[in-house]
Amino acid sequence: MARSLKKGPFVDGHLLKRIQEMNETGEKRVIKTWSRRSTITPEFVGHTLAVHNGNKFIPVYITENMVGHKLGEFAPTRLFRVHGGKLSSADKRAKLE
Amino acid sequence: MARIAGVDLPRDKRVEIALTYIYGIGRSSSRRILADAGVSPDTRVHKLSDEEVARLRRVIEGRHKIEGALRTEVAMNIKRLMDIGCYRGIRHRKGLPVRGQRTHTNARTRKGPRRTIASKKKPPPKK
Repeated sequence: MARSLKKGPFVDGHLLKRIQEMNETGEKRVIKTWSRRSTITPEFVGHTLAVHNGNKFIPVYITENMVGHKLGEFAPTRLFRVHGGKLSSADKRAKLE
Repeated sequence: MARIAGVDLPRDKRVEIALTYIYGIGRSSSRRILADAGVSPDTRVHKLSDEEVARLRRVIEGRHKIEGALRTEVAMNIKRLMDIGCYRGIRHRKGLPVRGQRTHTNARTRKGPRRTIASKKKPPPKK
């Protein structure tokens, strides 16, 4: 079920605060964040956020098209390691990179 | 013969059903269109007068996105998801189910026919 419009989009307070600070001062810095649940709002556009995927931070450059999605959608939490086949383990590692 | 939006409607079916042969029109929008055009849903297609066909055409072209335009829109929506690199886009790119269904079994609609991978033979014993 979709979220009630009355409430507006959900963004973690600490993240929104830092974005707004950056918009005011006009500086661009990569913000590390664990807040995968935050919705991307128009204020985010043009910034780069490092979104945690449970292991490391994935840099995400926010474009206009991403507005309305959640940050977590851009930092996949699962790594698909190739199925079977005749590749040696060294080849497999090369393919993943 | 009634041609609406580049689609031939089947001659002997009721209009209510015949309209659903157009991509983008299902049962409920078909019924709504017929009400707006003032055509009885029970008339057979070949019994429609030219004037009725014209009215239907006007209603459909006026406020429904159908056929080519609709297909392009859907394709553009999917392309957008793929371009921004979000989870749903990645699932589209890989041809896997997008809405969180299991893939351990099933998911054949998205994955297509099974591609069995030959089981690994035991390597022959070395001397």
